[in-house]
Amino acid sequence: MTSATGRRILVTGAARSTGRRLVTALARDPAVASVVAVDDARPPEPFGAKVEFLRVDLRSPAVVRALQSTGVDTCVHLGVTAEPLAAGGRASMKERNVLGTMQLLAAAYHAGDLRRLVLKSSTAVYGAAPGDPAVWGESMDPGTPRHGFGKDSIEVEDYARSFDRRRPDVAVTVLRLANQVGPTVDNPLTRYFALPVCPVVFGFDPRLQFLHSDDAQAVLLRAVLGPAAAGTFNVAGDGVVLLSQAIRIAGRPSLPIPEPLVSSVTELLRRTVDFSPEQVRYLQFGRVADTTAAREELGFSPARSSLAAFEDFAATRLHRLVTQERVDRLERDALAALRRAAGWLSGGVGT
Amino acid sequence: MTAAEGGGRARCRALTAKGERCRNPAGPAGLCARHEQRLAEVAADAAATDRAGAETAGGPDAEVAEALAPFLGWAEEALEFLRRRLTGDYQVDEFGYDPDLVRHVLAPLLRPLYRYWWRVEVRGLEHVPDAGAALVVGNHAGTLPFDALMVALALLDEHPAHRTLRMLAADLAFTMPVVAPLARKSGNTLACSEDARRLLEAGELVGVWPEGYKGLGKRFRERYRLRRFGRGGFVEVALAAGAPIVPVAVVGSEEIYPMLANLRRVARLLGVPYVPVTPTFPLLGPLGLVPFPSRWVIEFCPPVETAGLGPDAVLDPMVVFDLTDQVRDTVQQTVYRNLATRGGVFL
Repeated sequence: MTSATGRRILVTGAARSTGRRLVTALARDPAVASVVAVDDARPPEPFGAKVEFLRVDLRSPAVVRALQSTGVDTCVHLGVTAEPLAAGGRASMKERNVLGTMQLLAAAYHAGDLRRLVLKSSTAVYGAAPGDPAVWGESMDPGTPRHGFGKDSIEVEDYARSFDRRRPDVAVTVLRLANQVGPTVDNPLTRYFALPVCPVVFGFDPRLQFLHSDDAQAVLLRAVLGPAAAGTFNVAGDGVVLLSQAIRIAGRPSLPIPEPLVSSVTELLRRTVDFSPEQVRYLQFGRVADTTAAREELGFSPARSSLAAFEDFAATRLHRLVTQERVDRLERDALAALRRAAGWLSGGVGT
Repeated sequence: MTAAEGGGRARCRALTAKGERCRNPAGPAGLCARHEQRLAEVAADAAATDRAGAETAGGPDAEVAEALAPFLGWAEEALEFLRRRLTGDYQVDEFGYDPDLVRHVLAPLLRPLYRYWWRVEVRGLEHVPDAGAALVVGNHAGTLPFDALMVALALLDEHPAHRTLRMLAADLAFTMPVVAPLARKSGNTLACSEDARRLLEAGELVGVWPEGYKGLGKRFRERYRLRRFGRGGFVEVALAAGAPIVPVAVVGSEEIYPMLANLRRVARLLGVPYVPVTPTFPLLGPLGLVPFPSRWVIEFCPPVETAGLGPDAVLDPMVVFDLTDQVRDTVQQTVYRNLATRGGVFL
């Protein structure tokens, strides 16, 4: 596109699930000449041809060299993490997310061949509060200061926007993805639904949105390989799923926890689920983002709705305790018993 | 006759014709192939009996069957509903509105209050459009927002198009456990301009009670004297969407919990806008929560068109003030008129 030899793309956070699949898909595309995959963890299996893997931290000088020397025209930044435990604590998570992005964009500023920056952000930037509008548009101001992953995402986006101002020749696309689910996705939320019993905040039933991992990859590919579309876009499956509904589709019993006890339960589950505090708020108040701009300006509509994405995840990943068949059978039995009783009543009184 | 409780896991759960346990191995449904078929036949027979009973009236058997038919139909619907709930097989919209729940649980719970307790009389339903966006604006009273629920039920049950009123509720509703999800599931959302605009753009019928807590929590001696209609935010939203404003006047809501005094300190402690003292609450404890059976009149007034004013009218504060006053006046005058003609408060 930019040159006769094909696209050169740098991907950060390449060793994690979204990154791995994106790098593999990019390398398969004939329009792509080479991919530089950056992560500080080693991928489970090595990448194929056309991919150069750099096992470095985003804050290291090797990234600067890679960005500036190899004529990279597109930088895809996926290296923002939502899991404090996996990142080695909240402080280290913030360090990696925010400082890592700062360093990456500082290096990118001097990358003369760069024409496109794609940032994977999250709808977590909107937070989750009872006083929030029902549906978030990209231009609405989430306002109040927040913490954890949401705050990191806001700061990372701010750096991307300031980069956008300083390098007007680079198209900056920010994709705010909803929570990913899918057959191979492993994140705090998928681990939550895999718990034998799902704890919920008593008296609340938030609206959730899901994005199927295939759709997440499709939108990233669209942003990288399609016509440049600068701007910020919410990306989520159509429609919403209530938490109670999701838990029933997952076939789990739910365990209501009174609000004052929620933080201690979260602490108990920290090892398995690795929730940050604002994810707990998300499971109390929920959030929904408007995806009109992605459809109209980016030309992207997810193949699966929120409900279909979650159903696919539940069908492929979860062993349901409460199954459709069992409930159907119960309904049939109860109906038959009722009819018999009615038949007996009308027969018995008549004779 | 056939299926009965009990039986081993691997064995069929049914009893044979002699009343002994069936010894055939069970299939996935817990029955052997023979009994499963038999069960289906019995179910079909029973259904046929119901139908026959309904068709051929006369004879004691048929009479009882006929009397039971509605109950059976109701039970069938209830079971079907429970199945959908247990498997998550339903769909809510982006605001969390759950039509299935409203139809099968929430509306049936409110209907006795509407029909038999408050004997609501509805007028002027023809002023509410059959389709498309409109903003219903009414007076607010009665300590708990039953007036809003009754207006919504009037539109759902008695309007020819059975319209769902999507109400804008105070943020307090969305912080309270149990109340928060119910508020959303019954089709309400937060009273903010973003949500109101979105609903109107989607062609929904939106309800707003601009007096808010000032109207809900006023003393009994100030009954039917409308408070300020907010700052006219509802008019701006209607103007921006070009949606007509339908004023609605509710009479009867003021008497359901006559508020003699407000326990301000307790309210502050609990973080709520007011704690009422009524003739029965807190004197009679939970029994004091039973509302008084006043007689209600709900009247929808002729719509105030906003489309002709154009979207620029939003920028003109005078237009907004005037429209706000006009709507408030209409509601106040209609309330006075209906009060005068209502007759007795309770009978």
